[in-house]
Amino acid sequence: MKNVIEIKKLYKEYATAAGAFPVLKDVNLTIAQGEYVAIMGPSGSGKSTFMNILGCLDQPTSGEYVLDGHAVAHLSTNELAKLRNQTIGFVFQGFNLLSRSSLLDNVALPLVYASKDKAERHMKAQKMLEKVGLAIYLQSRPNQISGGQQQRVAIARALVNSPSLILADEPTGNLDSKTSDEIMALFDALNQEGITIVIVTHENDVADHAKRQVRFLDGKVIQDTSSKKLPEVTH
Amino acid sequence: MFMAMLGEAWHAMGANRLRTFLTMLGMMIGVGAVVLMMAIGEGAQQSIKKSISSMGSNLFVVLSGAPSAGGARSSSGGVSTLNISDADAIAELNGVSSVAPVTMGNAQIIYAGNNWNTTVMGTKPSYFVVRDWSIESGATFSDSDIRSSTRVALVGKTVVDNLFGEDIDPIGKTIRIKQSPFVIVGVLTAKGQSLNGQDQDDTIIVPLTTAQRKLFGNQIPGSVRQILVKAQSDNVMASLETDMNDLLRQRHNLREGTESDFSVRNLTAIANTAADTTKTMSMLLGAIASISLLVGGIGIMNIMLVSVTERTREIGIRMAIGARQQDILMQFLLEAFMISIVGCMIGIAIGVGGAEMVHYFAKTDVSISSQSIILAFAVAASVGIFFGYYPALKAAKLNPIEALRYQ
Repeated sequence: MKNVIEIKKLYKEYATAAGAFPVLKDVNLTIAQGEYVAIMGPSGSGKSTFMNILGCLDQPTSGEYVLDGHAVAHLSTNELAKLRNQTIGFVFQGFNLLSRSSLLDNVALPLVYASKDKAERHMKAQKMLEKVGLAIYLQSRPNQISGGQQQRVAIARALVNSPSLILADEPTGNLDSKTSDEIMALFDALNQEGITIVIVTHENDVADHAKRQVRFLDGKVIQDTSSKKLPEVTH
Repeated sequence: MFMAMLGEAWHAMGANRLRTFLTMLGMMIGVGAVVLMMAIGEGAQQSIKKSISSMGSNLFVVLSGAPSAGGARSSSGGVSTLNISDADAIAELNGVSSVAPVTMGNAQIIYAGNNWNTTVMGTKPSYFVVRDWSIESGATFSDSDIRSSTRVALVGKTVVDNLFGEDIDPIGKTIRIKQSPFVIVGVLTAKGQSLNGQDQDDTIIVPLTTAQRKLFGNQIPGSVRQILVKAQSDNVMASLETDMNDLLRQRHNLREGTESDFSVRNLTAIANTAADTTKTMSMLLGAIASISLLVGGIGIMNIMLVSVTERTREIGIRMAIGARQQDILMQFLLEAFMISIVGCMIGIAIGVGGAEMVHYFAKTDVSISSQSIILAFAVAASVGIFFGYYPALKAAKLNPIEALRYQ
């Protein structure tokens, strides 16, 4: 199986007044196509920084990161933008939809930056909204639908450019448990279709949906398991 | 992609209508003022140009009487110190194209039941050459009319309108000037207002000798009030002015140091000065008006900076889903550009409407040139881009991680 993510000896430091502050120390991780991975860890463990690097929003201080065959470490800002547009689909905790745009336009936005023409944008966006079960709300604004529905729209937006990887950051953090289950069921279904999914979360029942759990602590991977049940870890 | 961005810019403008309108207001007022000022300036220039071309080109007028004689002063032309032989002598000078001596006075004109008071000028046929004045119908009088002092007259448009009305052809009709009958032989083409606002068509032209002998009676036989001189070209104007002064002083036996009993005026130079002044004035007005464009531009920059800060999170989202820096830059630049252009269009409408109102209420000539509209668009576009660039660049340079975290 082809690897979507290959990370070797990844370091990330932030410059502070007190000198370089290391956040990620020697992280190694490989994620194959079709995997369903949960990245876990307490605050300050470096998982957010790791996710930013995974999402090509930030670059490592040193080390190697190959995303879908592209060596990310030395790309220009434009090339990073292109990767974010075509290789990654983001799902955020706060949905992050554009409040002034219709759901259709929100879902179609990545296609605008991929320079697709209007007919294709609308066709694909509509198809994705149908896929997440919101085809009847095409012209609604995000504030006219529920949080769970907004997250479905965000997932439709993440999928619209057929990315190699869905990167979700606490996707259920703003949702009640029932809606959370529905969203997670959607992720499960997408993974069944063969889409690679990486979810960053600190909730065990969310992580349980994934087939593989990677746990961060103090900037290092301390646990990487494919078991469905997570052993208790004491900090 | 560009069309999609244009649509988004339009939506962004509509999102906060009052703010967008207030931002545009600066551009509207600025463009409106520039268009209006240029229309007024252009109108003034055109009416001056019309007056200059109606006056005749390369023109001098020699007036009898000094502009500043010692003791009790008389007005220029008040005393007859020039005569026909002065005019003949000037005609001999180098660079002179033609010369027309003129004597004039006011008289009551009567035709049938109508009467009219107008200026009657006695002159030679060369007058029509000097003034570039053509005949609408009929013919001018000839040199033989001068020799035999015939009672013939050419009438201006205003006189025709007041004495005859529209239906009657004045050619061949007999009018009475100061009780003497005159036959109308021609009608002059309309010239409109002169530079000092006189109606040039409110006049009757008769042979010089007829006017001198039969209408106004002269204190000194052969004297004229003024001599119009047309130079062959613009280049000889300066030397001709000196030559005429020298010649007339010599002919009038004026010693060194005494004041002239005549004055030579370069009408073309005076007219050109008036035209230049108007041009300078309209440029000045335009320049002052364009300062408000600058202020409008600063207003756009201000609002765009606020907008970038407000929409930091949106920028972060766009970057996360693949917007490049230049996409963000273009989006905000387009927004500023659009505010500016829409403001400009409304401003042009305000300017054109204002110009029409000035024309209607103040009866001033206005002229809206396509140039001024193109200029307004060009300036508004560059103001939008210039003042929109910095906020747009600020947006494009945002760090996507921080922008996404912005609350």
